[in-house]
Amino acid sequence: MANSYYDPADLRKFGKITEWSEELGEKFFDYYGKVFEEGALTAREKSLIALAVAHVIKCPYCIDSYTKDGLQRGITKEEMMEAVHAGAAIESGATLVHGVQMMNKYNKLSM
Amino acid sequence: MATKSLKAQQNELATSNKQLEILNGGLFANGELPYFKDKIAEIGHFPLRPTRLEILQINVGYMCNQVCAHCHVDAGPDRKEIMTKETMMQCLEVIKNTKAHTLDLTGGAPEMNPNFRWFVEEASKAGIKDFIVRSNLTIIRANKKYYDLPGFFKKHNVHVISSMPHYTKGKTDKQRGDGVFDKSIKALQELNAVGYGMPNSNLKLDLVYNPSGAYLPGDQGAMERDFKKRLKEDFNIQFHNLFAITNLPIARFLDYLIASENYEDYMYALVEAYNSSAVANVMCTNTISVSWDGWLYDCDFNQMLDLKVASKVKHIKDYNEDVLTDRNIIISQHCYGCTAGAGSSCQGSVA
Repeated sequence: MANSYYDPADLRKFGKITEWSEELGEKFFDYYGKVFEEGALTAREKSLIALAVAHVIKCPYCIDSYTKDGLQRGITKEEMMEAVHAGAAIESGATLVHGVQMMNKYNKLSM
Repeated sequence: MATKSLKAQQNELATSNKQLEILNGGLFANGELPYFKDKIAEIGHFPLRPTRLEILQINVGYMCNQVCAHCHVDAGPDRKEIMTKETMMQCLEVIKNTKAHTLDLTGGAPEMNPNFRWFVEEASKAGIKDFIVRSNLTIIRANKKYYDLPGFFKKHNVHVISSMPHYTKGKTDKQRGDGVFDKSIKALQELNAVGYGMPNSNLKLDLVYNPSGAYLPGDQGAMERDFKKRLKEDFNIQFHNLFAITNLPIARFLDYLIASENYEDYMYALVEAYNSSAVANVMCTNTISVSWDGWLYDCDFNQMLDLKVASKVKHIKDYNEDVLTDRNIIISQHCYGCTAGAGSSCQGSVA
Protein backbone atom coordinates (compact mmCIF):
# COMPACT_ATOMS: atom_id res chain seq x y z
CA MET A 1 0.00 0.00 0.00
CA ALA A 2 1.14 3.48 -0.82
CA ASN A 3 1.43 5.76 2.19
CA SER A 4 -0.35 8.63 0.50
CA TYR A 5 -3.89 8.86 -0.85
CA TYR A 6 -2.83 9.80 -4.37
CA ASP A 7 -0.11 7.98 -6.29
CA PRO A 8 0.57 9.13 -9.90
CA ALA A 9 1.29 5.50 -10.84
CA ASP A 10 -2.33 4.60 -9.94
CA LEU A 11 -3.58 6.46 -12.99
CA ARG A 12 -2.06 3.78 -15.23
CA LYS A 13 -4.10 1.20 -13.31
CA PHE A 14 -7.44 2.93 -13.90
CA GLY A 15 -8.50 0.21 -16.35
CA LYS A 16 -8.18 -2.38 -13.60
CA ILE A 17 -11.45 -1.25 -11.98
CA THR A 18 -13.07 -3.47 -14.61
CA GLU A 19 -11.51 -6.53 -12.98
CA TRP A 20 -13.83 -6.28 -9.97
CA SER A 21 -16.95 -5.46 -11.94
CA GLU A 22 -16.54 -6.31 -15.56
CA GLU A 23 -19.96 -5.26 -16.81
CA LEU A 24 -20.05 -1.87 -15.11
CA GLY A 25 -16.39 -1.18 -15.80
CA GLU A 26 -16.75 -1.91 -19.49
CA LYS A 27 -19.95 0.09 -19.75
CA PHE A 28 -18.19 3.03 -18.11
CA PHE A 29 -15.14 2.92 -20.40
CA ASP A 30 -17.33 2.49 -23.50
CA TYR A 31 -19.36 5.51 -22.44
CA TYR A 32 -16.23 7.49 -21.58
CA GLY A 33 -14.63 6.75 -24.92
CA LYS A 34 -17.79 7.67 -26.80
CA VAL A 35 -18.16 10.97 -24.96
CA PHE A 36 -14.74 12.18 -26.07
CA GLU A 37 -15.12 11.30 -29.75
CA GLU A 38 -15.58 14.03 -32.35
CA GLY A 39 -19.23 15.07 -32.35
CA ALA A 40 -21.14 18.33 -32.38
CA LEU A 41 -18.14 19.48 -30.33
CA THR A 42 -14.62 18.71 -31.49
CA ALA A 43 -12.47 16.35 -29.45
CA ARG A 44 -10.23 19.38 -28.86
CA GLU A 45 -13.09 21.42 -27.35
CA LYS A 46 -14.09 18.48 -25.16
CA SER A 47 -10.52 18.14 -23.94
CA LEU A 48 -10.56 21.75 -22.72
CA ILE A 49 -13.93 21.24 -21.02
CA ALA A 50 -12.53 18.13 -19.31
CA LEU A 51 -9.50 20.12 -18.15
CA ALA A 52 -11.73 22.83 -16.64
CA VAL A 53 -13.92 20.26 -14.88
CA ALA A 54 -10.83 18.39 -13.66
CA HIS A 55 -9.82 21.54 -11.79
CA VAL A 56 -13.27 22.23 -10.42
CA ILE A 57 -13.57 18.72 -9.00
CA LYS A 58 -9.87 18.91 -8.02
CA CYS A 59 -8.99 15.51 -9.43
CA PRO A 60 -5.20 15.22 -9.67
CA TYR A 61 -5.41 12.23 -12.01
CA CYS A 62 -7.74 14.12 -14.35
CA ILE A 63 -5.50 17.21 -14.29
CA ASP A 64 -2.47 15.12 -15.29
CA SER A 65 -4.48 13.34 -17.97
CA TYR A 66 -6.03 16.36 -19.61
CA THR A 67 -2.90 18.50 -19.46
CA LYS A 68 -1.15 15.74 -21.38
CA ASP A 69 -4.15 15.27 -23.65
CA GLY A 70 -4.13 19.00 -24.41
CA LEU A 71 -0.41 18.93 -25.24
CA GLN A 72 -1.01 16.00 -27.56
CA ARG A 73 -3.69 17.94 -29.36
CA GLY A 74 -1.49 21.00 -29.75
CA ILE A 75 -3.55 23.04 -27.29
CA THR A 76 -1.52 25.99 -26.03
CA LYS A 77 -0.86 26.80 -22.38
CA GLU A 78 -2.80 30.06 -22.80
CA GLU A 79 -5.86 28.10 -23.94
CA MET A 80 -5.45 25.66 -21.04
CA MET A 81 -5.21 28.45 -18.46
CA GLU A 82 -8.29 30.19 -19.88
CA ALA A 83 -10.20 26.92 -19.57
CA VAL A 84 -9.09 26.62 -15.92
CA HIS A 85 -10.29 30.18 -15.30
CA ALA A 86 -13.64 29.40 -16.92
CA GLY A 87 -14.03 26.50 -14.46
CA ALA A 88 -12.82 28.61 -11.54
CA ALA A 89 -15.18 31.46 -12.43
CA ILE A 90 -18.19 29.13 -12.44
CA GLU A 91 -17.07 27.60 -9.18
CA SER A 92 -16.57 30.96 -7.45
CA GLY A 93 -19.78 32.23 -9.05
CA ALA A 94 -21.59 29.27 -7.55
CA THR A 95 -20.32 30.31 -4.13
CA LEU A 96 -21.07 33.99 -4.60
CA VAL A 97 -24.56 33.51 -6.01
CA HIS A 98 -25.43 32.04 -2.59
CA GLY A 99 -24.76 35.55 -1.35
CA VAL A 100 -28.26 36.34 -2.59
CA GLN A 101 -29.63 33.70 -0.22
CA MET A 102 -27.66 35.30 2.59
CA MET A 103 -29.05 38.70 1.65
CA ASN A 104 -32.61 37.34 1.48
CA LYS A 105 -32.28 35.72 4.88
CA TYR A 106 -30.65 38.81 6.37
CA ASN A 107 -33.43 41.02 5.06
CA LYS A 108 -36.14 38.64 6.24
CA LEU A 109 -34.74 38.49 9.75
CA SER A 110 -34.04 42.19 10.01
CA MET A 111 -36.57 44.85 10.98
CA MET B 1 19.20 24.82 -24.55
CA ALA B 2 22.26 22.69 -25.33
CA THR B 3 24.41 23.86 -28.22
CA LYS B 4 26.61 20.76 -28.39
CA SER B 5 25.74 17.25 -29.44
CA LEU B 6 25.80 14.46 -26.84
CA LYS B 7 28.80 13.14 -28.72
CA ALA B 8 30.72 16.40 -28.31
CA GLN B 9 29.74 16.46 -24.64
CA GLN B 10 31.08 12.90 -24.35
CA ASN B 11 27.75 11.95 -22.81
CA GLU B 12 27.46 8.17 -22.38
CA LEU B 13 24.10 8.28 -24.19
CA ALA B 14 26.03 9.12 -27.35
CA THR B 15 27.01 5.45 -27.46
CA SER B 16 24.55 2.94 -28.86
CA ASN B 17 25.49 0.30 -26.26
CA LYS B 18 24.37 2.50 -23.39
CA GLN B 19 21.11 3.36 -25.14
CA LEU B 20 20.35 -0.28 -25.90
CA GLU B 21 21.16 -1.24 -22.32
CA ILE B 22 18.52 1.24 -21.13
CA LEU B 23 15.96 0.16 -23.74
CA ASN B 24 16.40 -3.51 -22.87
CA GLY B 25 16.63 -3.06 -19.11
CA GLY B 26 14.52 -1.40 -16.42
CA LEU B 27 10.80 -1.79 -16.84
CA PHE B 28 11.24 -4.42 -19.55
CA ALA B 29 13.83 -6.55 -17.78
CA ASN B 30 11.80 -6.64 -14.57
CA GLY B 31 8.69 -7.76 -16.43
CA GLU B 32 6.61 -4.66 -15.77
CA LEU B 33 6.28 -4.04 -19.51
CA PRO B 34 6.43 -6.64 -22.31
CA TYR B 35 9.34 -6.74 -24.76
CA PHE B 36 8.40 -5.56 -28.27
CA LYS B 37 9.40 -8.97 -29.59
CA ASP B 38 6.80 -10.70 -27.39
CA LYS B 39 4.14 -8.16 -28.25
CA ILE B 40 4.45 -8.69 -32.01
CA ALA B 41 4.80 -12.45 -31.56
CA GLU B 42 1.21 -12.41 -30.19
CA ILE B 43 -0.03 -11.48 -33.66
CA GLY B 44 2.42 -13.66 -35.60
CA HIS B 45 4.73 -10.86 -36.71
CA PHE B 46 7.91 -12.09 -35.06
CA PRO B 47 10.39 -12.15 -36.65
CA LEU B 48 9.41 -8.94 -38.38
CA ARG B 49 10.05 -9.23 -42.12
CA PRO B 50 10.20 -6.73 -44.97
CA THR B 51 7.37 -6.73 -47.52
CA ARG B 52 8.72 -4.95 -50.57
CA LEU B 53 11.16 -2.08 -50.85
CA GLU B 54 9.42 1.21 -51.56
CA ILE B 55 11.63 3.81 -49.93
CA LEU B 56 15.36 4.27 -50.09
CA GLN B 57 16.32 6.68 -47.34
CA ILE B 58 19.81 8.11 -47.44
CA ASN B 59 21.34 10.02 -44.56
CA VAL B 60 23.96 12.27 -46.13
CA GLY B 61 25.46 13.40 -42.82
CA TYR B 62 24.84 14.30 -39.21
CA MET B 63 25.99 17.91 -39.45
CA CYS B 64 23.16 20.37 -38.83
CA ASN B 65 22.78 24.09 -38.21
CA GLN B 66 20.38 23.31 -35.34
CA VAL B 67 20.72 21.35 -32.09
CA CYS B 68 17.10 20.31 -31.47
CA ALA B 69 16.29 18.99 -28.01
CA HIS B 70 14.47 15.94 -29.35
CA CYS B 71 16.88 14.92 -32.12
CA HIS B 72 17.35 11.14 -32.40
CA VAL B 73 20.33 11.70 -34.70
CA ASP B 74 22.15 13.84 -32.10
CA ALA B 75 22.87 16.13 -35.03
CA GLY B 76 24.51 19.53 -34.74
CA PRO B 77 27.20 21.86 -36.07
CA ASP B 78 29.88 19.82 -34.29
CA ARG B 79 29.09 16.53 -36.05
CA LYS B 80 31.65 15.70 -38.69
CA GLU B 81 30.08 12.58 -40.17
CA ILE B 82 29.44 13.63 -43.78
CA MET B 83 28.83 11.36 -46.77
CA THR B 84 31.72 11.47 -49.25
CA LYS B 85 31.32 11.83 -53.00
CA GLU B 86 32.59 8.28 -53.37
CA THR B 87 29.77 6.89 -51.20
CA MET B 88 27.30 9.11 -53.05
CA MET B 89 28.47 7.55 -56.31
CA GLN B 90 27.80 4.10 -54.85
CA CYS B 91 24.34 5.34 -53.82
CA LEU B 92 23.68 6.66 -57.34
CA GLU B 93 24.35 3.23 -58.81
CA VAL B 94 21.71 1.84 -56.48
CA ILE B 95 19.27 4.69 -57.19
CA LYS B 96 19.49 3.99 -60.93
CA ASN B 97 18.54 0.34 -60.47
CA THR B 98 16.28 0.23 -57.43
CA LYS B 99 12.64 -0.87 -57.49
CA ALA B 100 11.89 1.72 -54.79
CA HIS B 101 9.53 4.48 -55.90
CA THR B 102 10.73 6.97 -53.29
CA LEU B 103 14.15 8.42 -52.61
CA ASP B 104 14.34 10.20 -49.27
CA LEU B 105 17.37 12.35 -48.37
CA THR B 106 17.83 13.19 -44.73
CA GLY B 107 20.51 14.26 -42.21
CA GLY B 108 21.44 16.37 -40.20
CA ALA B 109 20.71 19.17 -42.57
CA PRO B 110 21.32 17.41 -45.89
CA GLU B 111 21.99 20.76 -47.56
CA MET B 112 25.18 21.14 -45.47
CA ASN B 113 26.88 18.27 -47.27
CA PRO B 114 29.27 20.00 -49.70
CA ASN B 115 28.23 17.65 -52.51
CA PHE B 116 24.50 17.90 -51.79
CA ARG B 117 23.58 19.84 -54.95
CA TRP B 118 25.63 17.62 -57.22
CA PHE B 119 24.02 14.57 -55.62
CA VAL B 120 20.49 15.94 -56.07
CA GLU B 121 21.18 16.84 -59.71
CA GLU B 122 22.53 13.36 -60.44
CA ALA B 123 19.87 11.51 -58.46
CA SER B 124 17.04 13.44 -60.11
CA LYS B 125 18.16 12.05 -63.48
CA ALA B 126 17.30 8.51 -62.33
CA GLY B 127 13.60 9.29 -62.73
CA ILE B 128 12.48 8.12 -59.30
CA LYS B 129 8.80 8.94 -58.81
CA ASP B 130 9.01 10.73 -55.49
CA PHE B 131 12.25 12.47 -54.57
CA ILE B 132 12.15 13.81 -51.01
CA VAL B 133 14.56 16.14 -49.26
CA ARG B 134 13.99 16.57 -45.53
CA SER B 135 14.81 20.21 -44.96
CA ASN B 136 14.73 21.83 -41.54
CA LEU B 137 13.64 25.16 -43.12
CA THR B 138 16.01 27.39 -41.13
CA ILE B 139 18.91 26.24 -43.32
CA ILE B 140 17.31 28.20 -46.17
CA ARG B 141 17.78 31.37 -44.09
CA ALA B 142 21.03 30.33 -42.34
CA ASN B 143 23.49 31.71 -44.87
CA LYS B 144 23.36 33.52 -48.21
CA LYS B 145 24.65 30.46 -50.01
CA TYR B 146 21.41 28.66 -49.16
CA TYR B 147 19.00 31.46 -50.11
CA ASP B 148 18.37 29.99 -53.55
CA LEU B 149 17.41 26.54 -52.23
CA PRO B 150 13.65 26.94 -52.94
CA GLY B 151 14.47 27.56 -56.63
CA PHE B 152 16.98 24.72 -56.64
CA PHE B 153 14.42 22.30 -55.18
CA LYS B 154 11.86 23.45 -57.75
CA LYS B 155 14.27 22.97 -60.65
CA HIS B 156 14.78 19.32 -59.69
CA ASN B 157 11.16 18.69 -58.75
CA VAL B 158 12.14 17.81 -55.20
CA HIS B 159 9.41 17.00 -52.70
CA VAL B 160 10.20 19.08 -49.62
CA ILE B 161 9.34 17.73 -46.17
CA SER B 162 10.03 20.14 -43.34
CA SER B 163 9.86 20.08 -39.58
CA MET B 164 7.48 22.42 -37.82
CA PRO B 165 6.78 21.53 -34.20
CA HIS B 166 4.00 24.06 -33.68
CA TYR B 167 2.24 27.00 -35.26
CA THR B 168 3.20 29.21 -32.31
CA LYS B 169 6.61 30.71 -31.69
CA GLY B 170 7.01 29.69 -28.03
CA LYS B 171 6.68 25.94 -28.49
CA THR B 172 8.76 25.87 -31.66
CA ASP B 173 11.69 27.79 -30.23
CA LYS B 174 11.69 25.76 -27.04
CA GLN B 175 12.22 22.54 -28.98
CA ARG B 176 14.44 23.79 -31.76
CA GLY B 177 16.19 26.90 -30.50
CA ASP B 178 15.65 30.67 -30.34
CA GLY B 179 14.70 32.30 -33.61
CA VAL B 180 13.83 29.00 -35.32
CA PHE B 181 10.15 29.88 -35.60
CA ASP B 182 10.63 33.22 -37.37
CA LYS B 183 13.19 31.77 -39.77
CA SER B 184 10.97 28.76 -40.50
CA ILE B 185 8.01 31.03 -41.27
CA LYS B 186 10.14 33.10 -43.65
CA ALA B 187 11.44 29.92 -45.34
CA LEU B 188 7.91 28.55 -45.75
CA GLN B 189 6.79 31.84 -47.30
CA GLU B 190 9.69 31.62 -49.75
CA LEU B 191 8.79 28.05 -50.65
CA ASN B 192 5.18 29.15 -51.21
CA ALA B 193 6.42 32.03 -53.38
CA VAL B 194 8.01 29.64 -55.88
CA GLY B 195 4.89 27.47 -55.89
CA TYR B 196 5.60 24.90 -53.17
CA GLY B 197 2.63 23.79 -51.08
CA MET B 198 0.02 25.69 -53.05
CA PRO B 199 -3.31 23.94 -53.67
CA ASN B 200 -3.08 21.74 -56.79
CA SER B 201 0.65 22.47 -57.14
CA ASN B 202 2.86 19.57 -58.17
CA LEU B 203 5.58 21.03 -55.98
CA LYS B 204 4.91 19.06 -52.83
CA LEU B 205 5.50 20.68 -49.45
CA ASP B 206 4.65 18.61 -46.39
CA LEU B 207 5.29 19.41 -42.76
CA VAL B 208 6.43 17.13 -39.99
CA TYR B 209 5.14 17.64 -36.50
CA ASN B 210 6.71 16.02 -33.48
CA PRO B 211 5.68 16.73 -29.93
CA SER B 212 7.73 19.24 -27.93
CA GLY B 213 7.96 17.04 -24.87
CA ALA B 214 7.22 13.72 -23.21
CA TYR B 215 3.88 13.04 -24.84
CA LEU B 216 2.58 11.36 -27.98
CA PRO B 217 1.30 13.20 -31.03
CA GLY B 218 -2.44 13.71 -31.29
CA ASP B 219 -4.62 12.78 -34.23
CA GLN B 220 -2.76 13.64 -37.44
CA GLY B 221 -5.87 14.82 -39.29
CA ALA B 222 -6.97 17.13 -36.48
CA MET B 223 -3.45 18.54 -36.11
CA GLU B 224 -3.27 19.15 -39.85
CA ARG B 225 -6.53 21.12 -39.75
CA ASP B 226 -5.24 23.29 -36.88
CA PHE B 227 -1.86 23.88 -38.56
CA LYS B 228 -3.46 24.77 -41.91
CA LYS B 229 -5.90 27.19 -40.35
CA ARG B 230 -3.38 28.97 -38.15
CA LEU B 231 -0.52 29.15 -40.65
CA LYS B 232 -2.89 30.49 -43.34
CA GLU B 233 -4.59 33.01 -41.06
CA ASP B 234 -1.49 34.22 -39.24
CA PHE B 235 1.18 34.02 -41.96
CA ASN B 236 -0.61 33.29 -45.26
CA ILE B 237 1.33 30.00 -45.50
CA GLN B 238 0.03 26.93 -47.29
CA PHE B 239 1.26 23.34 -47.35
CA HIS B 240 -0.04 19.94 -48.42
CA ASN B 241 0.12 17.32 -45.67
CA LEU B 242 1.12 17.24 -42.04
CA PHE B 243 2.88 14.11 -40.79
CA ALA B 244 2.66 13.52 -37.06
CA ILE B 245 5.74 11.63 -35.91
CA THR B 246 6.24 10.11 -32.48
CA ASN B 247 9.54 10.90 -30.78
CA LEU B 248 11.48 7.69 -30.21
CA PRO B 249 13.51 7.22 -27.02
CA ILE B 250 16.89 7.54 -28.70
CA ALA B 251 19.86 9.92 -28.30
CA ARG B 252 18.86 13.43 -27.20
CA PHE B 253 15.21 12.59 -26.69
CA LEU B 254 16.21 9.67 -24.47
CA ASP B 255 18.57 11.97 -22.58
CA TYR B 256 15.73 14.47 -22.11
CA LEU B 257 13.31 11.75 -20.93
CA ILE B 258 15.75 10.48 -18.33
CA ALA B 259 16.86 13.94 -17.14
CA SER B 260 13.26 15.12 -16.76
CA GLU B 261 12.19 11.89 -15.01
CA ASN B 262 9.69 11.14 -17.76
CA TYR B 263 11.33 7.99 -19.13
CA GLU B 264 9.18 5.41 -17.34
CA ASP B 265 5.89 7.22 -17.95
CA TYR B 266 6.81 7.70 -21.60
CA MET B 267 7.61 4.02 -22.11
CA TYR B 268 4.34 3.12 -20.36
CA ALA B 269 2.51 5.52 -22.68
CA LEU B 270 4.14 3.97 -25.77
CA VAL B 271 3.32 0.42 -24.67
CA GLU B 272 -0.24 1.34 -23.65
CA ALA B 273 -0.80 2.99 -27.03
CA TYR B 274 0.50 -0.12 -28.86
CA ASN B 275 -1.72 -0.68 -31.89
CA SER B 276 -1.39 -4.14 -33.40
CA SER B 277 -2.82 -2.97 -36.71
CA ALA B 278 0.13 -0.56 -37.14
CA VAL B 279 2.66 -3.42 -37.04
CA ALA B 280 2.14 -4.66 -40.60
CA ASN B 281 2.87 -1.20 -42.00
CA VAL B 282 5.83 -0.02 -39.91
CA MET B 283 8.31 1.73 -42.18
CA CYS B 284 11.12 -0.79 -41.73
CA THR B 285 8.98 -3.21 -43.76
CA ASN B 286 9.30 -1.06 -46.90
CA THR B 287 12.42 1.05 -46.28
CA ILE B 288 16.19 0.72 -46.37
CA SER B 289 18.19 3.34 -44.53
CA VAL B 290 21.72 4.18 -45.70
CA SER B 291 24.13 5.93 -43.38
CA TRP B 292 26.66 8.64 -44.28
CA ASP B 293 29.37 5.96 -44.51
CA GLY B 294 27.30 3.59 -46.64
CA TRP B 295 26.12 1.04 -44.07
CA LEU B 296 22.59 -0.30 -44.38
CA TYR B 297 19.94 -0.29 -41.67
CA ASP B 298 16.26 -1.20 -41.24
CA CYS B 299 15.44 2.43 -40.44
CA ASP B 300 17.04 5.74 -39.44
CA PHE B 301 16.47 4.90 -35.75
CA ASN B 302 18.34 1.60 -36.00
CA GLN B 303 21.06 3.55 -37.79
CA MET B 304 21.48 5.78 -34.75
CA LEU B 305 21.60 2.70 -32.51
CA ASP B 306 24.19 1.18 -34.85
CA LEU B 307 22.03 -1.88 -35.49
CA LYS B 308 23.05 -2.81 -39.03
CA VAL B 309 20.76 -4.98 -41.18
CA ALA B 310 20.81 -8.69 -40.42
CA SER B 311 21.76 -9.63 -43.96
CA LYS B 312 24.81 -10.80 -45.86
CA VAL B 313 24.57 -7.44 -47.62
CA LYS B 314 25.43 -4.78 -45.09
CA HIS B 315 26.96 -2.01 -47.18
CA ILE B 316 25.84 0.06 -50.17
CA LYS B 317 28.83 -1.16 -52.19
CA ASP B 318 27.45 -4.72 -52.03
CA TYR B 319 23.80 -3.66 -52.43
CA ASN B 320 21.44 -6.37 -53.62
CA GLU B 321 17.72 -5.78 -53.20
CA ASP B 322 16.63 -9.39 -53.36
CA VAL B 323 19.14 -10.50 -50.76
CA LEU B 324 18.21 -7.55 -48.53
CA THR B 325 14.49 -8.24 -48.74
CA ASP B 326 15.11 -11.72 -47.37
CA ARG B 327 16.07 -10.65 -43.86
CA ASN B 328 14.74 -10.36 -40.33
CA ILE B 329 14.29 -6.79 -39.12
CA ILE B 330 16.17 -5.91 -35.95
CA ILE B 331 13.91 -4.66 -33.19
CA SER B 332 14.16 -3.34 -29.66
CA GLN B 333 11.88 -1.43 -27.32
CA HIS B 334 12.25 1.86 -29.23
CA CYS B 335 10.09 0.17 -31.90
CA TYR B 336 7.03 0.79 -29.70
CA GLY B 337 7.34 4.39 -30.93
CA CYS B 338 6.32 3.30 -34.43
CA THR B 339 3.31 1.24 -33.31
CA ALA B 340 1.80 3.69 -30.82
CA GLY B 341 -1.67 5.06 -31.56
CA ALA B 342 -2.13 5.56 -35.27
CA GLY B 343 1.45 4.34 -35.81
CA SER B 344 4.35 6.53 -36.82
CA SER B 345 6.80 6.66 -39.69
CA CYS B 346 8.78 9.22 -41.67
CA GLN B 347 5.60 9.41 -43.78
CA GLY B 348 3.39 10.00 -40.72
CA SER B 349 0.63 7.71 -39.41
CA VAL B 350 0.51 4.18 -40.75
CA ALA B 351 -2.59 2.56 -39.22
